[in-house]
Amino acid sequence: MNLPPEFWTYLKVVLLVATVPAIVGFVIVLAERRIMGFMQVRLGPNRVGPQGTLQGLADLLKLVTKEDITPARAERAVHFLSPVLAVIPALTALAVIPFGPPIRIGKQMVPLWVADLNIGLLFLLAITSIGVYGIILGGWSSNNKYSLLGGLRSAAQLVSYEVPMGLSLVSVLLMTRSLSLVEIVRRQESTHLWFVFPGLVAFFVYFVSGVAETNRNPFDLPEAESELVSGFNTEYSGVKFAFFFLGEYTGMIVISCIAVTVFFGGWLPPFSHVPALAFLGFVPGAVWFLLKVAFFIFCYIWFRSTFPRYRFDQLMALGWKWLIPISLANILAVAFAILLTPRRTNGLVALSWIYGGLFVMMFLLSKLRRALVRRDRLAASGPAEAGAEV
Amino acid sequence: MSDEPISQAEKDEAAYFAERAKAQGAASPGAAPEAPAAHTLFDVQEMELNFGPQHPSTHGVLRLVLKVDGEKILEVKPDVGYLHRGTEKLFETETYPMGIPHTDRLDYIAAATNNHAFCLAVEKLLGVEIPRRAQLIRVILDELQRISSHLVWLGTSGIDLGAVTPFWYAFREREQILDFFEEYCGARLTLHCMRIGGLPFDLTPGWTDRVSEFISDLPARIDDYEQLLTDNRIWKRRTVGVGVISGEECIEWGLTGPVLRASGVEWDLRRAKPYECYEELDFVVPTRQGGDTYDRYIVRVQEMRQSARIVRQCLDRLEPGEIRGKVPRVIKPVAEEVYASIEAPKGELGFYCVSNGTNKPYRMHVRPPSFINLQALPRLAKGHLVSDLVALIGTIDIVLGEVDR
Repeated sequence: MNLPPEFWTYLKVVLLVATVPAIVGFVIVLAERRIMGFMQVRLGPNRVGPQGTLQGLADLLKLVTKEDITPARAERAVHFLSPVLAVIPALTALAVIPFGPPIRIGKQMVPLWVADLNIGLLFLLAITSIGVYGIILGGWSSNNKYSLLGGLRSAAQLVSYEVPMGLSLVSVLLMTRSLSLVEIVRRQESTHLWFVFPGLVAFFVYFVSGVAETNRNPFDLPEAESELVSGFNTEYSGVKFAFFFLGEYTGMIVISCIAVTVFFGGWLPPFSHVPALAFLGFVPGAVWFLLKVAFFIFCYIWFRSTFPRYRFDQLMALGWKWLIPISLANILAVAFAILLTPRRTNGLVALSWIYGGLFVMMFLLSKLRRALVRRDRLAASGPAEAGAEV
Repeated sequence: MSDEPISQAEKDEAAYFAERAKAQGAASPGAAPEAPAAHTLFDVQEMELNFGPQHPSTHGVLRLVLKVDGEKILEVKPDVGYLHRGTEKLFETETYPMGIPHTDRLDYIAAATNNHAFCLAVEKLLGVEIPRRAQLIRVILDELQRISSHLVWLGTSGIDLGAVTPFWYAFREREQILDFFEEYCGARLTLHCMRIGGLPFDLTPGWTDRVSEFISDLPARIDDYEQLLTDNRIWKRRTVGVGVISGEECIEWGLTGPVLRASGVEWDLRRAKPYECYEELDFVVPTRQGGDTYDRYIVRVQEMRQSARIVRQCLDRLEPGEIRGKVPRVIKPVAEEVYASIEAPKGELGFYCVSNGTNKPYRMHVRPPSFINLQALPRLAKGHLVSDLVALIGTIDIVLGEVDR
């Protein structure tokens, strides 16, 4: 039986782009609540289904059956449209993500991506920044001052963090000479080098910007619960609220997927060229991809339960005064590494060692600094702290 | 929807405001009539933002009317009274012992210290002596209450700044303290755990051991909270230099408690005007010089450690004995006026009691630390951002039950 290629495309659109994120989103919600529960010495939801596994379904049911309220003086059309605007771009972005190598179904090789665009990265940057409109317009159209403030915050935040994010991906572009995500993974396979090593700095800048892009802690200013009472989504309820929710979680998935694809070798098993680790290749590529994405999602959750929230002006300062200059300098460094060495791979390996050394050094320095600060504080507070043992 | 007032009440209100505006205009005839500004693209527009009474960060029913330019605060007007229950008047209608439960509802997360201050005032009127065992237990209860109050503060002000996790750790320990209170007097929040002249009950067997164990654990637990916050870069950026107030200014505003001590003034009633057995106890009054939100955080954290030390010393000194002094069956103090105050977790909590010789107070005035510290909020918040306002409400550590009485 030979199915037309369109069949597979449609199936993949339905599965990978429309259905899976929704399901994965609810899995993440549950995981987030359980993991945060664990980190915060409490249980988290464990009532619905075994170990609370059906909690997502219960939440969904609650949100769907809730009254859908539109504030009396809201811009009705925009108010209706903005949750949609928040979700659709995030889902669309998933279309170019290669979830795994092509797999054989019957006689056909079916690639695990919907489309391999040769402008993949550019497409991702473009489409994810559209999602901002959902938040800005949602905040504005609610006719609520808190929502407006939330919308304004997100406008400034997302515009600022688009820049370092794009710049950090440019350095990867220099390494691959291709914008296609599939090509980026293949290049990492052929050079035996995940781009996280030569692109360590780029990765940090990318992930920090990514967390800011998705409005998550410590950059969750647009919805700062304790300041703006949920910010842009204050006036949303029911399905529309669920859409914003889905948009946020899909955004997290997209950011993690890009991080995995661009920096962590996509579907490749770790160090596949090392013979001793070759057995890792027996695990299907899609599973590796999923595991790596899960790790980044876990990081999101980890951040959320660890960090306080930045203040608005500090957030801006971080973006403009640190991330953008760093990513610009990084582009230069990568460019020089590639130009100055006869074979580009050699330059990248050298850069990896330099960045690795720098990273270890900075880590040790920060440990030292922390210890010194702590010692100074203890010395300054004197007997008050010294006599504290009971 | 139209802008027309719909109900009679709204009409009245509109009329009232119109009249008031007219009166204000008449009072200052020199003021030029405001020309309706034509809005251009780059006009700065002030926005009035109603913050509370239902807001997650106002720690109760505090309402703040903000004038903001973007997110910058131009003006803060606290509007209190949403929890006003006429407690001071209630004291006048009931006998002295019946007043104690009302004090539970003032600072409802630190009921023991409220009971204590009230009892001290009445005891001063009566001139009774408190047995030593009762004094020690009172101090233990006070200090446990101080720890629990600071824990609530730590958790909630962490949440205000987006740090959710310390809250759960702090409340885990607070829960244990509440269990101790429950075991002692049956209640967890509204304790009613002191009586005029002493205490209602003696300690249950084993209570001191359990408290002692908890107190030994506490410093390590406090280290855990500090691990999450004290050296955290974001926490520091959110608190250092936010809401700075100098020691002199604190005194001018009448601020007391950790707020005052964080500005470099070593003033703690447990030291300055010792009551019960604080004189003989060895503890440090933590002070800091900066007077900002970070220093207030450090001072409170260190106070918890000191409180643990005090509890430990009192536990060591406990000996069997009387728990109630010689108090007449009907409390009828002579006609006199007294003021008694203690160092409550939030500052100086005083009761000013006027007796007219009957079994009910003629007048009972409360000096609540929260209310007086809250006055400084507009001063502290000026020029900061909305996010800082949240930090500042947290750092003053108010409880609305005490603000509104």
